[in-house]
Amino acid sequence: MSTLRKSTIHAAYFLLALLFVFPFFWSAINSLKPAAEASASPPTFLPSVVSFENFTKLATYGAGVGKYFLNSLVTAAMSVALSIFFSFTAGYGFARFRFPFKNAMFFIIILTMILPFQTIITPLFFFMNWLGLTNSFFGLALVYTVLQVAFGTLVMRTTFASIPIEIEEAAHIDGCSSTILLLRVMLPLAIPGIVTVGIIAFINAWNEFLASLIFMSKESLFTLPVMLSNVRSGPYGSIDWGELQAGLMVATIPCMLLFLLLQKRYVSGLTSGSVKG
Amino acid sequence: MVSAKRESLSNAVYVLPTVVFVLVFFIVPLCMCVYMSLFNWTMFQGHRFLGLKNYVDLFVDEQFFRSLSFTLLYTIFITPVIIITAFLLALMVNRRGMHFLGLYRTLYFLPVVIGLSTSSLLWIWLLNDRVGVVNAAIMGLGIIRDPVIWLGRTGLSLVSVVLSVLWKTVGFSMILFLGGLQSIPDELYESAKIDGCSYLASLGRITLPLMRRTFAVTILLSVIGSLLAFDQFYIMTAGRPANSTVTSVYWIYLNSFQKFRLGYGSAMSLVYLAALLVFCIFQFKIFRFQEE
Repeated sequence: MSTLRKSTIHAAYFLLALLFVFPFFWSAINSLKPAAEASASPPTFLPSVVSFENFTKLATYGAGVGKYFLNSLVTAAMSVALSIFFSFTAGYGFARFRFPFKNAMFFIIILTMILPFQTIITPLFFFMNWLGLTNSFFGLALVYTVLQVAFGTLVMRTTFASIPIEIEEAAHIDGCSSTILLLRVMLPLAIPGIVTVGIIAFINAWNEFLASLIFMSKESLFTLPVMLSNVRSGPYGSIDWGELQAGLMVATIPCMLLFLLLQKRYVSGLTSGSVKG
Repeated sequence: MVSAKRESLSNAVYVLPTVVFVLVFFIVPLCMCVYMSLFNWTMFQGHRFLGLKNYVDLFVDEQFFRSLSFTLLYTIFITPVIIITAFLLALMVNRRGMHFLGLYRTLYFLPVVIGLSTSSLLWIWLLNDRVGVVNAAIMGLGIIRDPVIWLGRTGLSLVSVVLSVLWKTVGFSMILFLGGLQSIPDELYESAKIDGCSYLASLGRITLPLMRRTFAVTILLSVIGSLLAFDQFYIMTAGRPANSTVTSVYWIYLNSFQKFRLGYGSAMSLVYLAALLVFCIFQFKIFRFQEE
């Protein structure tokens, strides 16, 4: 291959990568400009001085960005814990045991993956409101968990199915009770599946918008995405662009770091949940 | 004593919590949807039985059909754009002997991990006529003299939303295609090469036919995702101009949670669910969820 052709190909790969990464990069730069410069028209490229003005403004926006960050974190963490619990137990049950109505029970769980949840959001809201679970992080986490359990159960079922049954039988002969077996023997072996379920549950909960918009009507309970969409609306329809960029950084950096840290698990989870089933 | 060998109801103990959880928080609301759709159900003032009136109202609701056709238009527009781009990207990042291939895969995939609402906010800013970099860039190149209002008229708004969603989601389809490409044995390509097949010929005769299932899955997921579009239009166009960019889910949202017509919203949800059911069944078949 000629050198010219080779470098053209490299340039194409590189330019495409730039297209995907530049918006993040540009937003990060903009968040560090002084507030006035961040809203300047036409836009400047590099900040004249590096300033954290946008972040300090965001810290006092509404209930303060720290509070919204915590709201998102608490909801996502609860959803991760619940998703792991429900997926772990159901995955184990479906992989290892025979019982009547097994297929029917499996179908009920899978239904949450097949029927779009957007179409039941109206009665779900009324139901949760009746239970006193709207404007509640726990209630929102329950909604997010319902959306995760089908996928989680599939992942955990596959995980358990790949663990040799002899390990369990040996533990039984050694006199392990069922609970000890599950926690001491199976749990460590199932860690890869648990991490996959956990990271996907976290990123989905962290990013979810529609349910959060509907279920949390008190401003101090908003999660980050909903709070950010309010920064967008701004008072009298004006937008504080610098504040928005700072908010975008707060919302994107945690899930991006998590992804870069656990990339293999995340990608394999996404593809196994949708292709193999 | 729980025993894996015999079939008994006590063996279901591990799956029961999850089954009950799903019954309560998914199946109950689903049944309530049917019930609520028969009432003039409001948020605060109780409700009155209407029979099928909500369904009759639906058929004279002009915005319902406008939303439906806009959602379809969006889906028909965006699906080929995403699928073709994703397939080309997958071919690129599957290339042997290219440097930094892993890095490129990660970078092309990066926008997938942020939220759709977050990426929509990002794109509002990039496309803004006053402070946006897109206008600044094409004006700097001398292609246009005045900034384009990307999110003004219906047509241009649609194009803008499609581009932003493409940027955010194409990496996901790319990864699905990459999985399909990597499952094709190398020997097939090698023997094709020996037989004198060009790259394009082996693409048409080996790659595409063997990836039929991957294509079906990827297209299906993309179509379902597009038919349920909400975040991108809520944030980028807010339905403007004149409700022309209100999608079906958006119209359900507005009726249930802005006008507080929960009964009507439920009826609309059920009709939309029935319309989507064909895709749901297809999805169920294609994914082979049943016990192997």
